This record gives sequence, C-alpha cells and structure tokens, in this order.
Amino acid sequence: MTPISYSRATSVAEAGRLADGAGARLLGGGTNLVDLMRKGVERPSRLVDVSGLSDAIELARSGSLVIGAAARNSAVAAHPLVRQRYPMLARAILAGASAQIRNMATVGGNLMQRTRCLYFADVAGSRCNKREPGSGCDAVGGFNRYHAVLGTSPACIAAHPSDMCVALAALDARVQVSGPGGDRMIPLVDFHRLPGDRPDRDTVLDPGEVIVAVELPASPFAGRSAYRKVRDRSSYAFALVSVAAGLTMREGRIEEVAIAFGGIAPKPWRASRAEAVLRGGPAAGAAFAAAADAELADAAPLAGNAFKLALTRRTLEAVLSELTGGSL
Amino acid sequence: MSKTQNAIISSVRTVMGWVPAQWLPGGTPDPLIERRAAIGRQASRLDGPLKVAGEARFAAEVAMDRLCYAALVHSPVTRGRITRLDTGAAETAPGVILVMTHRTMPRIGTLPLIGITDLSAVGNSSIPIMLDAEIRYNGQVVAAVVAETQEQADHAASLIEIDYAIDAARTRFQDARPDARTPASLLMDKNHVSIGNAERELKRAPHRVDNMYRTPAQNHNAIELHAVTAAWEGDSLVLHDATQMIAPSAAALAKLFGLKREQVRVLSPFVGGGFGGKGLWDHQIVAIAAARLAGRPLRLMLSREGVYRMIGGRSPSEQRVAIGADAEGRFTALLHTGYSVMPPYGACPEPYTLGTRALYGARSFEIMQRHLDLDIVPNTFMRAPGEAIGSFAVESAIDELAHAMGVDPIALRLRNLPERHPISGAPFSQHALGQAYAEGAKRFGWDRRHAEPGTVREGEWRIGMGCATGSFPYARMPGANVRITLRGDGTAVIACSAQEMGMGTATVQAQHAADRLGLPLEAISVELGDSALPAAPMAGGSSQTASIAGAIAAAATKLAGELLRLAGNDSPIAGLRAGEVQLVEEGIASIADPTRRESYRSILARAAREAIAVTAAGSAPLEFLKFAMHSSSAIFCELRVSAVTGEVRVDRLLGSFDCGTILNPKTAASQFRGGMIMGLGLALMEETLFDERSGRIMNPSLADYHIPAHLDVPEIDVIWTGIPDPRSPLGARGIGEIGITGVAAAVANAVFNATGKRIRDLPITLDKLL
Ligand SMILES: Cc1cc2nc3c(=O)[nH]c(=O)nc-3n(C[C@H](O)[C@H](O)[C@H](O)COP(=O)(O)OP(=O)(O)OC[C@H]3O[C@@H](n4cnc5c(N)ncnc54)[C@H](O)[C@@H]3O)c2cc1C
Repeated sequence: MTPISYSRATSVAEAGRLADGAGARLLGGGTNLVDLMRKGVERPSRLVDVSGLSDAIELARSGSLVIGAAARNSAVAAHPLVRQRYPMLARAILAGASAQIRNMATVGGNLMQRTRCLYFADVAGSRCNKREPGSGCDAVGGFNRYHAVLGTSPACIAAHPSDMCVALAALDARVQVSGPGGDRMIPLVDFHRLPGDRPDRDTVLDPGEVIVAVELPASPFAGRSAYRKVRDRSSYAFALVSVAAGLTMREGRIEEVAIAFGGIAPKPWRASRAEAVLRGGPAAGAAFAAAADAELADAAPLAGNAFKLALTRRTLEAVLSELTGGSL
Repeated sequence: MSKTQNAIISSVRTVMGWVPAQWLPGGTPDPLIERRAAIGRQASRLDGPLKVAGEARFAAEVAMDRLCYAALVHSPVTRGRITRLDTGAAETAPGVILVMTHRTMPRIGTLPLIGITDLSAVGNSSIPIMLDAEIRYNGQVVAAVVAETQEQADHAASLIEIDYAIDAARTRFQDARPDARTPASLLMDKNHVSIGNAERELKRAPHRVDNMYRTPAQNHNAIELHAVTAAWEGDSLVLHDATQMIAPSAAALAKLFGLKREQVRVLSPFVGGGFGGKGLWDHQIVAIAAARLAGRPLRLMLSREGVYRMIGGRSPSEQRVAIGADAEGRFTALLHTGYSVMPPYGACPEPYTLGTRALYGARSFEIMQRHLDLDIVPNTFMRAPGEAIGSFAVESAIDELAHAMGVDPIALRLRNLPERHPISGAPFSQHALGQAYAEGAKRFGWDRRHAEPGTVREGEWRIGMGCATGSFPYARMPGANVRITLRGDGTAVIACSAQEMGMGTATVQAQHAADRLGLPLEAISVELGDSALPAAPMAGGSSQTASIAGAIAAAATKLAGELLRLAGNDSPIAGLRAGEVQLVEEGIASIADPTRRESYRSILARAAREAIAVTAAGSAPLEFLKFAMHSSSAIFCELRVSAVTGEVRVDRLLGSFDCGTILNPKTAASQFRGGMIMGLGLALMEETLFDERSGRIMNPSLADYHIPAHLDVPEIDVIWTGIPDPRSPLGARGIGEIGITGVAAAVANAVFNATGKRIRDLPITLDKLL
C-alpha cells in the first residue's frame, strides 16, 4: 500500500474541490476501494472521505424517492419506503455481499464498484486493458466464468458486479451528480459505459464529479416485481446471472414491463428488446422465450461462460412466469 | 518413497502376522475401555473461555520489545531466473531496516522432506529457499523486506524491481501425462497392487462400470493466516509459530541453522486451524534468517494471497474407477488408477487409492497411482489427503453400479464388506460399517428414497437422496513422549509438545488422564504447544489423540512404579509389583484386593515430596502393522436441485461413524461436522483456479475461492457406534479427518437421484446441471 493523505469532505462542493486532480479518490465505505488499493490496482495518493455527505432517504415533492449517496446499502434495503414501493431494490441489495459489507457499503460506492475479473485484480501477474489500457486481456483465453456475454468488446469482457444497480436500472433510476461543470442528472442506464476501446472508463462520470444522490421515480411495479440472483453458493457470491423485473397486467396481457440483467454484461443491462417483445402481449411461455431470444441475439459467449445463455433464458422465463401468476 | 521402504514395511508386517497379539501394545485391550468416568462424557473445551475472551495468544500476537515486521515479494513468473534486482528504492523507503534477497540470505541447507527417515524430516519442499536466482514456481518468495511497521514493510516491498528471464514451464495437467512417474510406494503402502487379472475379470463381468472422475486443486484456508514471531537470543532461537508440528519443526530448524536442539524453542500454544497446511514452509525460514540479519525480533504474517502463493494445497486428480460384479453383485474386479500432481521436489503424494485397498473385497484388484510433475508450489496434505477425493470416485462408481443393477446402493456395499483386509489379509481390529449404515439409514429415513432418479419434485426443485461410505485409517505415531507430574495436593499436570489446533486435544487428554490416574477431571491440567516439553509427534493423519494417549498410558505405568518405590515398606501396598496395581480413586490400589490401597497425597506426604514427575514414551505402534485398523462412516445427504438454474441446495446431512470409543461427544461431533462441512465445499464449490497458461493461481482470496457460507450448511446430524477398538489406547481411533470423506460422493449420488445426471467432475457447479 502506498502512503496516502486522508481528508473528510463536509459538503459536496468541498468533496468536488478536494477530489479534483490526479491521484485523488473518493472514499465511501471502502469495501471495494481499499481492497483494490491493497492489491495495487488503485494507487491514489489522496483519499477524500464522502461517507459523511447526505445519507438521507426522502420523498421529493415530485413523488420520487431520493437516496443520498452516502446511505449505507443495508439502510436502503431496510427503509420502509423502499420495501413498500421498490421491493425489488431491497431484494437486490440483500442478495449482495454479506451483512458486514452491506453495513459499510454506500450507494455511491456501489454504483462505482469495479469489476471482479480475476485478471483485473492481479497486478503482478496478468494483463488487463481495464487496468492498463493497451496491455492486453488475459481473461479471454482464461477463466471467464463470471464474465459478460453481452456488450463486450475485443478489449474487455469484464462484467459489472453490482446487484443493486440491476434493480436501479429496471426502476429507471437517475443519478444526481455534481462537479466542476455544475450539476447534472444521468439516467442509470446511461451512467455505466460499455467498454469499447476504453474499458478503463467504467462510467460517464467526469474527473471531479461526485455522486450526490440516486432518484427513483414512482414505480408501478411494487405489486409484481422480483429480483432473482443465480449464484455459486447460497450467499456471499456474485451473480452468475441476475434478473430484476417488474410488470403490470391488464386483462391477461402484459401492460407495462421493465427488465434488467446482472452478471452478463459490462453494465447493468436494461433488456429493452425483451421488454418490447413482451409489452402488450400475452403472458405466455412462448412470449417469454421470444423475449429472451431477442435480448440474447447478439450475445458473444466464451468457453467459460457460454452456459449463461441458457441460464439467463431459463431464469428470465421463470421470473416472468412467476410474476404473471403462472406456474413453471 | 523407495523400494527399500516397501521391503522393510512388508517384512515387518509379515513378522507381525506371526507374533501373538498379546505381545503387542494393544494386544490386551486397554483397561480404560471398560473403566471410564471422565472419558466419553460431554466436556467443553478448556481453551474455549480463553478464545471467547480474546485471551488465547496466537503466533502473530506475541508482544515483544523492538519487534520489526516483514513483508514478502513473490515471483509472478513460473520458471526462469532473476536477471535484475533493484532494491534501492525499497531500502531507502521510510522505516525500512533491510531487504533480504538471494544475495543476502544466509547460506543454509535444505530441509529433509517429510518422510519416515527421522522425526526432523518435515520439509514440504526440497527447493533451496531464497538461495539462488532460479524461479521454480509461480509465487516463489524472491525477497523479504523488514521494517519498523507492517505498513512500511508492505509499501517497501511494492518498490522492489525485478526482471526475469522466462523459461518454458510445465503447467498443464494433460501435457504432463506422458512423463508421469510411478512411485514405488505411497506413504507406508506399496503403490501398485495387482491381484488376479482385474482387466479380464472386468470384461467378463455381467455388471460393470468404468468411468473417469476428476477433482480440482484446492488450497488451504485456515482462518488463522500462517504467521511467525521469531526472536534470536544470542545463538538461541525462539519461534512463536502457527504450526501443527512443534517438536519436529524445532529439530528440523536446529539442523538447518546449525544449532543444537536445545538452542531452538518452538512455541505454538494455539493454532487457528491446520488441516495439513500448517507445516514447515519457506516463510518460517525466511523470517528466522531475516531476524538474524536484522538483529531484532521479527514478525511475519502471510497475507491470504501469500498463503495461496507459497503454501501448497490438495493436488488435482484424474481417477479411473472400474468395478465388475457378478449376478449377485459381488465384486469380481476393482480397478482404481489415476494421476495426481507431485513435483519431484515435493514430499506429499495425494494417496487417493489408499482407502480403496481396505474397504471392499473383490476377486481381483488393479490399483496404481501415477505422479505428474508440474512447476508448482509443492502440494501438501489437506484434511484426509487421498480418502477425501478417492472416496468420491469409488463411492460414486458403486452408486452407478447399484443403479445399473437395480439394487439398493447400501445393500450392494454391505454385500462386499470383507472379512479381512482385502489386500494384506490382516484381521480387522474392529469394524462395524454395517451397523453404521443400518443406524444411519434408519435415522435418516433412507427407506423414503425413490430409487428412480428425477421422480421427486417440489415446485421447481428436484429432490434426491444419496449415501456413500467414508473411511480413514488408524495411526499412532512413534516418538510420543509425555511427562506426568503428580503433586502432593492431589492434582496432576500432563505435559508434552503436542499441538492444540482447536480440536480439543487438551480437553480430551485431560479427560483421559483423569481416568488413567483415577483423579477428578478438575485435578488435571494439560500443558501443550512448547518444544521445551517432552516431544510429541506432529498433528497429522488423525493420529495425535492415540499417540499422546499411548504415551500417557506408558507414563502412568511408570508412575505406578515410582509410587510403589516411594510408598516403601510401611504402606498397605508394600510388596506389590507394577503389574499388580491400578491407579484409582486418587491413589494406588491392588487389583486383586482393592482394600490394599494408599492415596497419592499420603504417599507423597510420607515421602516429604511436593511432587513426582515421570516421563515416558508410548510403545512402538506395532498394532497397526498387525491389524487392519480403519474407521469408517456412512454419509447420507438429501438435497434439492433447481430445474431452472441447476443450483444445488443441501437440505440435510447425516454422518454415522464407526470410529472406536468417542472420548468426548462435544468435541467429536464438532470434528465430524467440521469435516462434513469441508466435504460440502469439496462437493459443491472449492476449486483453485490454476491458470494452466501461466501456472498462476487466479483466485487467491476468500471472495473468489468459495467455501460454504452459513446458508450453504444445513442441519448436520451426527451419530456413532461408539464400539471400542480393542487394539488401540482407550479403544479410540482418530476422528479429525474422516468427516470429510464420503461427503462429496454422497452429494453427487443425491444429485443423481434428484436429476438423473451423473456428475463425475468436482465441484458440482450449476452449469454442469443445466
Ligand atoms: C467479498 C465481497 C463480496 C461482495 N459481493 C457483492 C455482491 O454479491 N453483490 C454486489 O452487488 N456487491 C458485492 N460486493 C461489492 C460491494 O457491494 C461494494 O464493495 C460496495 O457497494 C462498494 O461501496 P463502498 O461504499 O464500500 O465503496 P468504496 O469502496 O468506498 O468506493 C468504491 C468506488 O466508488 C467511488 N465512490 C464512492 N462514493 C462516491 C461518490 N459519492 N461519488 C463518486 N464516486 C464515489 C470510490 O471513489 C471508489 O472508486 C462485494 C464486495 C466484497 C468485498
């Protein structure tokens, strides 16, 4: 670990000021950043602690729920408004990590957490374009069981690991950020980037920008929504595939629907193609299968993760079948 | 090991066959088998309160004046040579005391490999430790930085620059096959066993199975990281270590550093889990050498990644198991062959066929292992080396045969239980696997199992049951010494250098000593964990309890002699000889006439002695060369497999054990359960991701290397026959390792029963079930 300086920001403006410039990193709960510093993946010279910024969870006049970036993951999952109005978010958060980590992890940190690609984490022994652009990718021909099948590029196949963000993607969340250029609101589905030839940039956040809050618009899905995570052990494992879905029904047909996938793409993957197939259609097995087909049409599986196609398909179909009231 | 060793051991076994049993230790059953008071009672661990209160001091917690800290640098290259080494920046970094590399490492020899040559032969690797520029495996230690604080050492270690010339490395399991070696022996057994013509019998058999089974590499993950605090006091060395081989390490280190035995003291009162991984590796030696150079006491605790890089684990294996059976299901052929990794500089074979030699009878046998040579950190023993993965292959194969024949898998097993050891012909000392199965099956509700796979469903879940046999051999080690100090106040202290790794060694031996000496449990205290105490063997092979018990028994006999001498002529016991007395009710009494007795207090008071102390060694462990001595178990599993995702969730696990006398139900149940949980990991998730392109371990952390989380562990029911083994001290056999054996097969067999899919490749991850 390299020597660092540490300071606590008391306001968003101060955080932005302190974090401006190379070598600075914002510190939330530290559950990801500190690990990466120990491994030498991150080598900041300055840490700016933003865990003291707003952690409020409040209804805005617009009806949106606004969650401060410093809110702890466990606090969000336990909040009555979240549980009533966005149960899929509570479930997604509780499906992630461990109780101890959720108690530390912040919403801002969760959005910004980095991939779990084993080669990304191995500074001493592996090549990684995300860590060191242009150095090469050892994951393509190596262990890629946890890697992406959608949205990858020749440079990078890493998957985004968050559970929380998958639910946020399905819920049309927006990320409120503040920076040198002023404040802006970024739809969550546009917040994370696809790797292309710049896999080192996970998000569209500019240097010096700070996440202030996440906003959830009122959701019609509280009654029929689910988060299903498929993993290698019962808890404390990242998703191989996860599905966040919510829908409304009208006269036996699917009216509104929102679906997002985790574990299979470089970003929380809003499945708009699948939604388009389903919207207004019958709640029937054939439609579910067609929806999965549409979404996975461009998938580019590898030796270690090809099973994710079938797994995604089956999990989606099971979730839709459950949400529309049918059995398997 | 060698052909000579084979010859020696087999001739001793032959001679043993002629020697009447009563001439042997264990020839007449230990009287304590009948006379138990504290033994067999539930007792909480003596070390429990200390650990709960955080007062048990582990190797990385010993406070010392002027302590400095070390960090290691590992090679990211698998084979090659260091061509440039720049330690300048590290040396001038804040707090740095020194940087040690192969240029400055004191010249020492190499360790004798683990073996039976002598008790100091405990090395896991014969590779020179930081003595040259050669790189022989990925993760090898190439430099150590010593600094005032751990953080300074860690930081400076990251500043060391090293260039390597890279050579081609052997890292692929399949590519190494053509050069496989066939060792003459596996530990104490001959490797190749060929009885009859098994291939021909197999071809002829009306029923047969013949398949390949694969198990992955695994790493040690004891909760306590490997750690040492090393202090030189003049020319003497004090080493606080996390080790399961205290006295043998002290002896080996004395040799390595050119010291006398008395000049090395190894202390290890508590160990946070060993499982075979806490032996003598490079880190202790580097720490000792660096402490010498620094002229200060030094602490080195490996990171979790460091443990993966430089402490070996379980070898991967590829095993062929073929079984032929006649129309009644009697085995006519049993073949078990395969490959595992063991580089020539390593010491520990993965003896996955040993269990196969003892469990079932067959008309013909063909058993042989081959070793592959890869450039890796030498693999070592890991809980039930051999049996853990060998039982997966054999017990899966039997389940496959039972299914093919349409018979109950338990019935098929019981039909093939042998009368005598199937290979050596030696009589079993005690063996009640049939009873373990019967009792286990009843309690588990085996009769509710549907033989037809894939027929029980609950929503999306397919439900199945499976069972399998586990087994582990009995062992007692030579060279176990114990000192008993009997005090005038009627208390006694048992002391030896044995290791307390959390399994309850001190607790159980206190119970034993209480009964052996006829004292209440509260009167006994036990001192362990210090090489200055009478030497005990390492904790391994589930042998420590029997080894120490044998020594306590010998010391108690000697104590009786001392007491008789001390009692003199004015005592009711005057004139009796050692064989005519027993130690009971806080004193010594005639066996023939129990009214002739005198209490310890009275004898010591009359002799004006505050205490008497005797030290004795356990008798030579010849019993297991004459008898076939094996523990066994019947493991039952019920689980569910999602028809949607292939996820496996284990609902129930039951172990029914036949392991001799159970000395303490509480500590025993905990050993069994712990082993079974590790078995769940073996079955469902544990796997070292060894990148065969680079020879590098890619998941060196507990986030990426999966072991069962709490939610993966169901209710585990544990029962035992409790039948004493008439040939062992206390009637007990070891219980530390058997828990893991059989579990992976029971799970795989239950998965088959649930889904109709046979998985022969561990771990059973969901993608294999889609
Ligand atoms: C063993 C383990 C298992 C895990 N399992 C799961 C799992 O199953 N599912 C899952 O979803 N997650 C899992 N996690 C990840 C966990 O959710 C993240 O580590 C956590 O959410 C990160 O939050 P933090 O506050 O600790 O972030 P930090 O580590 O403090 O920061 C992470 C990043 O966010 C940046 N950051 C923090 N706050 C802000 C802000 N306000 N504005 C801009 N940038 C900011 C930091 O600069 C840093 O780059 C696991 C983690 C571990 C260690």
